[in-house]
Amino acid sequence: MRFTKLAFFTSCFLLLLILLNPLQSIAAGDEHDAHETTAEAFRPGEMIISHIVDSYDWHIADIGHTHITVPLPVILFDDGQWHFFLSSKFEHGHATYKGFELAKEGAMKGKIVKTAADGTQIRPYDFSITKTVFGVFVTSIIIVLIFISVANSYKKTRKHAPKGFQSLIEPLILFVRDEIAFSSIGKKHYEKFSPFLLSIFFFIFFNNLLGLVPIFPLGANITGNIAVTGVLALFTFGMILVSGNKNYWAHIFNTPGVPWWLKLPLPLMPIIELVGVFTKPFVLMIRLFANITAGHIIILGFISLIFVFGQTSLAAGYGISVLSVAMSIFISFLELLVAFIQAYVFTLLSAIFIGMAVEEHHHEETHETHHE
Amino acid sequence: MELVNPGLGLVFWMIVVFSVVLFVLKKFAWPSILQALKDREQHIEDALRQADITQEEMRKLKLNNEVLLKEAKVERENLMNEARKIREKLIEDARVKASSEADRIVESARIQIDNERKAALVDIKNIVAEISIEIAEKILREKLQTPKDHQQYIERVIEGKHLN
Repeated sequence: MRFTKLAFFTSCFLLLLILLNPLQSIAAGDEHDAHETTAEAFRPGEMIISHIVDSYDWHIADIGHTHITVPLPVILFDDGQWHFFLSSKFEHGHATYKGFELAKEGAMKGKIVKTAADGTQIRPYDFSITKTVFGVFVTSIIIVLIFISVANSYKKTRKHAPKGFQSLIEPLILFVRDEIAFSSIGKKHYEKFSPFLLSIFFFIFFNNLLGLVPIFPLGANITGNIAVTGVLALFTFGMILVSGNKNYWAHIFNTPGVPWWLKLPLPLMPIIELVGVFTKPFVLMIRLFANITAGHIIILGFISLIFVFGQTSLAAGYGISVLSVAMSIFISFLELLVAFIQAYVFTLLSAIFIGMAVEEHHHEETHETHHE
Repeated sequence: MELVNPGLGLVFWMIVVFSVVLFVLKKFAWPSILQALKDREQHIEDALRQADITQEEMRKLKLNNEVLLKEAKVERENLMNEARKIREKLIEDARVKASSEADRIVESARIQIDNERKAALVDIKNIVAEISIEIAEKILREKLQTPKDHQQYIERVIEGKHLN
């Protein structure tokens, strides 16, 4: 069941990538012409990708040929030296600063590179406060402030009914505690993991929601970035490793209830189980990333339609805009749902994995050990 | 492919930020929130249990009251019955006493009357005897001039008259 769902999501994601690739290649093919002719052809693939990937400055709008952006700090470590400067030094990729520039093409396109003497591009250690990092800072501050204030109102109301914002958050807290932590981990251990699960749930949920707000400083594609989801999955992974009991490890390296020839000359089962240990967080990472990115791509795709049609004829652009906006709004609503569902799924799966790691002996096992 | 290629810097910052968020929330937010929720749930459960207990007690009390009331009624009934019995007995006693007293009075009255009557009779006898003697004396003085007459007469009188 879970695997079919996973397969579905990954196939959807791959399909999207395949669908987008031709656009990109077409866009790349057009680039040459576009530079020669004065008209700037609209390239939806590029536009969409540039909106969902990370960048060094926060692009707000283009008016004519001026880009309105918020520059963000760049932090580089190269050849034993730290470099700090604002991304505005690059002048949107047109300038080189201290030997660093934004790569114009290739695998590192859009990233800060340094061109070595032999012409190859070297990537320095890049700790820049990029758009996504900045977005994470902002949403994290919001989350922390919200929950500190909610905690304070809990101190105030104590044993009485919740008030104000607290009553908005409380059903979610109870949902995570009762439906996720308690039901997946069990009565004995759930209290230990509740804070972690609550934190991860609200972190994802708020980032998903705030990622839909298209106003600076919100709206960075945070949970649609594989590094972000990867780190979140890494925390769950760490949690599993730290809390896994003897039983859990025994299950992996000496799976009970499996014929010995699957284990002994060739350790097939241990290998499969060990791979399973790593696929679990990997699944978490991919699922969240793919879902959120897909949502953003669809919305941007609908918006792109307006400009694609607008290029052929102005009337067609206006015509399609009605449909596009309507569809974008519809998808946005869907994304609100997805924001919750994905936060829920991530937390639930984390809880289930943790639950498996802390699970006590059960019948089957004791039975098996008696046999051996 | 940038989309699926996690950036080193982003991973680094994300680890830092999420660790801080996790730490701050774990330290300052969740304990008080979860504790408050638990306390409240406990409080509500206690209150509900208390309410149940109170209700049960009330029910018992009511039942008790009913029993008491019933007992009181029975008691009252008994008291009333007793009182009635006592009253009846008292009345009966009084009646018996009164009637015996009356009997006694009547008896003594009767005895007295009897005595009076006897005395009166004695008196009357005496008077009658005196009068008789007087009359007899007069008659005798008139008629019995001779001693023979006297004798005859006396005999006749004694024969004829049976005293008492």
